[in-house]
Amino acid sequence: MNLKRTPLYQEHIDLGARMVEFAGWTMPIQYSTLKEEHLSVRNNAGMFDVSHMGEIFIEGKDAEKFVDYLVTNDVTGLVPYQICYTPMCNYEGGVVDDILVYKFYHNKILLVVNASNTEKDYEWILKNSGGFNVEIRNESDSYTQIALQGPKAQEILNEISGVDLHNIKYYHFEKGPVDGIECIVSRTGYTGEDGFELYLKNGSSVYLWRKLLEVGKFMGIKPAGLGCRDTLRFEAALCLYGNELSDNISPLEAGLKWTMKSDKNFIGKSSLLKQNEEGLPYRLRGIELLEKGIARHGSEVLDENGENIGWISTGYLSPTLQKSIALGFLKPGYRKIGTEIVVAVRNKKIKAKIIKTPFYKGSVKR
Amino acid sequence: MAKYTKTHEWVTVEGELAIVGITKYAVSQLGEVVFVELPEEGQEVEKGESICNVESTKSASEVFAPVSGIVRSVNEELEDSPELVSEDPENKGWLFKIEMNRQEEVEDLLEEKAYNEITGD
Repeated sequence: MNLKRTPLYQEHIDLGARMVEFAGWTMPIQYSTLKEEHLSVRNNAGMFDVSHMGEIFIEGKDAEKFVDYLVTNDVTGLVPYQICYTPMCNYEGGVVDDILVYKFYHNKILLVVNASNTEKDYEWILKNSGGFNVEIRNESDSYTQIALQGPKAQEILNEISGVDLHNIKYYHFEKGPVDGIECIVSRTGYTGEDGFELYLKNGSSVYLWRKLLEVGKFMGIKPAGLGCRDTLRFEAALCLYGNELSDNISPLEAGLKWTMKSDKNFIGKSSLLKQNEEGLPYRLRGIELLEKGIARHGSEVLDENGENIGWISTGYLSPTLQKSIALGFLKPGYRKIGTEIVVAVRNKKIKAKIIKTPFYKGSVKR
Repeated sequence: MAKYTKTHEWVTVEGELAIVGITKYAVSQLGEVVFVELPEEGQEVEKGESICNVESTKSASEVFAPVSGIVRSVNEELEDSPELVSEDPENKGWLFKIEMNRQEEVEDLLEEKAYNEITGD
């Protein structure tokens, strides 16, 4: 199968990026080193090409009503140009995808979805649209998405933004020109830092990418790859679909109960209410390793007698904190902060304990 | 002269000892090394067996015994300074020494030229 390339592919090659396959795309994993890019986002700013993400537009008289039925969070309550993060569940309460809902008006909504799930989501949305007066368009292939993240993101974007960034609150967006190029500009991100995500039609992408690197230079902006995107979101304890969320993991288990509004109807509601009442088989927790070693996705978690009590969903030596930490799903009885557990990393048993999340709070302005 | 394996280990032979590490190419693929899980001294190892782990922030990579024998020593400096593997993989970043019990296995290892062909250098 041919890997898909974003409109910025040649820019990455010219910047010397190491490219990897991700969800059918060839994407930059790092340009310099993961740690340098990670710390650049924490301390100054980093710029990511995330054009592999999907953009699905829902338009029509019932757009708002339909999306509200598709997702667990409240869409009708959003004001125009507000965004919400939300799981989109299946009937069993598992997660089809975790997405951003951009509400323009009640009759126009943009869903930003994971690259790995774009086709699955589109099919799912189409399949459940019966009876709703909506038009569903997958426009993923015509949009470039650039994420500008870090405490200096606003200062940098402000150099060329025709949109007043001060007026964009956390999880809100505006439409307007950035250096003359029409963009959707939202104060959102996946790093724990303040920052923006820009959506623009392919064609001007290379120009804007270069321009942002140029104007951001004196504030230490760096192109940043998928490698640090994962370590950054991990330190902020943000879920990654495929690790912390899947068709078989419920939002309740992943700690996303805050995104579930039970005063409305949505797909998966009865399953989730039932699970909430009966208790969660597993629950996501933060874990710190107390001995040398790094827990990895899929490592087994044990109690002191060697009984299986869960699994690790993501684990790293945290670049910011320089601690070996992990996110993992645990059975009841092992979820309190301070509880000692054991992580099996290959043939070694490593002592660990439950700690609170997020592991790190960045400059994000809630 | 160092010899190499298809799995990106290098080996230099000093008498009965084979000194083993991972190659510059392996390091370039792995990224900065942040942790090394070394084998036990005295551990008996079979050629081709996974006996050690080198981890970067992104991933863990297995290191295979290039020859059979007994692990005589490990590079303990790596416990506190795993970055030596990234900085100087074919010298200060050595991983372990194996006392060989089938010295002829060295003959099966790749010469530098053949190894470079694999990595495309």
